Amino acid sequence: MSKGRFGIYGGQYIPEILMNAMLELEEAYKTYKNDPAFQQEMAQMFNEYTGRPSRLYYAERMTKDLGGAKIYLKREDLNHTGSHKINNVIGQMLLAKRMGKTRVIAETGAGQHGVATATVAAMMGMECEIFMGEEDTRRQALNVYRMRLLGAKVHPVSTGTATLKDAVSETFRVWTSRIEDTHYVLGSVMGPYPFPEMVRDFQSVIGKEIKAQVMEKEGRLPDVVMACVGGGSNAMGAFYDFIPNQNVRLIGCEAAGRGIDTLETAATLNTGKTGIFHGMKSYFCQDEYGQIAPVYSISAGLDYPGIGPEHAYLHDIGRAEYVAVTDDEAVKAFEYLSRMEGIIPAIESAHAVAHAMKIAGEMGKEQILVINISGRGDKDCAAIARYRGEDIYE
Amino acid sequence: MSRIKKAFAKGKSFIPFITCGDPDLETTEQMVSAMEWAGADLIELGIPFSDPTAEGPVIQEANIRALKNKITTDDIFRMVQSLRKTVKIPLAFMTYANVVFSYGAERFISTCRDIGIDGLILPDIPYEERQDFEGLCRQYGVELISMVAPTSHERIKTIAGDAEGFVYCVSSLGVTGPRAQITTDVDKMVRLVKQVKEIPCAIGFGISTSEQARQMAQYADGVIVGSAIVKICAQYGRDCVPYVEQYVREMKEAVSR
Repeated sequence: MSKGRFGIYGGQYIPEILMNAMLELEEAYKTYKNDPAFQQEMAQMFNEYTGRPSRLYYAERMTKDLGGAKIYLKREDLNHTGSHKINNVIGQMLLAKRMGKTRVIAETGAGQHGVATATVAAMMGMECEIFMGEEDTRRQALNVYRMRLLGAKVHPVSTGTATLKDAVSETFRVWTSRIEDTHYVLGSVMGPYPFPEMVRDFQSVIGKEIKAQVMEKEGRLPDVVMACVGGGSNAMGAFYDFIPNQNVRLIGCEAAGRGIDTLETAATLNTGKTGIFHGMKSYFCQDEYGQIAPVYSISAGLDYPGIGPEHAYLHDIGRAEYVAVTDDEAVKAFEYLSRMEGIIPAIESAHAVAHAMKIAGEMGKEQILVINISGRGDKDCAAIARYRGEDIYE
Repeated sequence: MSRIKKAFAKGKSFIPFITCGDPDLETTEQMVSAMEWAGADLIELGIPFSDPTAEGPVIQEANIRALKNKITTDDIFRMVQSLRKTVKIPLAFMTYANVVFSYGAERFISTCRDIGIDGLILPDIPYEERQDFEGLCRQYGVELISMVAPTSHERIKTIAGDAEGFVYCVSSLGVTGPRAQITTDVDKMVRLVKQVKEIPCAIGFGISTSEQARQMAQYADGVIVGSAIVKICAQYGRDCVPYVEQYVREMKEAVSR
């Protein structure tokens, strides 16, 4: 088995033309991973620029309303740029700079990763180009404007389903044409090694903080940590530090779209099977001949036919559970959290909120449930209004 | 000696690529026969994949057209079986890892042997991941073709060491598709391969004109052309066969000069 494996998953299934870039990245990552100066610079940017640590907020009204477990919200939505995506971007951009790269490219689904990349590129004075499915540029028009405002070039991708998977494919294609000075800031715990491991490490600050914050507030570990899962970076970041703590249930919430019994779904672990795509062996939504399925979710950030290889592994060994949440449930949770706690979550994060609404009431009052609110929902307001039959101007 | 090696032993080779099922399988079948007749030495048959990440727009669109026709791997196997009644030159499948993996690697590769497929080209399987398919390919006598790229540098030696059939030398950075100029030192790439192993080298990516083909044939044992042919299929649809035949004849003449 080649390197970068989680059980049978992971690997480096990419064209030869990118292999030396991958080896160069691996070497740089190994060098700087344990370099105190790199770690210090990253920690400083996390604190000074992003505003870390993000808060762990006790959702008192929600807890009372659901009548079960004590609910805490990990407020990744309060990060600069409005989501967890910036954690990984800062890590990769610092690495890219040390590798002498002057240009970064990235894919984006909901636009959060694109905005984070454009933001840090502006701050570091690097050239930045973002690839976004044409369909998503319509669903997330505000984020397209934000990226442009930040000085990035945004390329709509019209191939295939014109969503996240096509944006990833196109970014890989563009990378093969200009590798020397360019780093691909992959936005999730997916793709070829070392991305899944590296992105997880940069995002693991979420779980580390949750652990310390819960210990401080409650003097013990939580019973459940849950997060939404598309590629799976916010979930992997929240889960990672808890993996050795067998008593902490880890729950990933996939996007069921219109339901896992329909074709309009993006719930990879619930409906997909093992395959090889986008540089990794993992689970993918696909047909019997291995053609990647045109998946669907109301959430542009979860609208992806695959999942990071470490999640595939945690799923197979039973260390984490993966449930499916429909569009309708997510929209209800989006509205619920807004009214109950005055927090508008990203529609992605609302998938996790929705599942918490299902299970919190069945849990004991002494139990603790942490939901990772991976992003804020301002970007989704127009789309959710449309879902409810109301047309608003952004 | 394998059928692929024998093909290269006859002189400079011309290797056309087409996507199976574009515009339909009947036309693909006619095209293969016509290309053999026109002098093609080996034919690459693309099995369409929904998300061909190494392809430029021309072949991406061919994949989409073929999949819209609901072409499946089994349909293509049946077509090859029928072709093999008359076609004698070596045939190689070009597709993506998931097409083989999802079919069941052993089932796929053993079927390749049964129907007379000589080689397998998987652009998303670099040297490090060959073990998923390499043993099975050897077991069933299907040659797993290795690729080297302008960015491979010192990796070329390792790759060439384990290469079988021929080495696919990628001429340029980027994805498949015609280029006005090829600036890579392909001569050097080929020489690096040959230092390690006496194996035929064919150059692909970016070649479309007979002048480019003639030039590339000076450095290598063969020239691969995909997008330029697929463009003809896109332009003429079911009437493309004589145009493709004529193009292949000109390209074969160019490499043989």
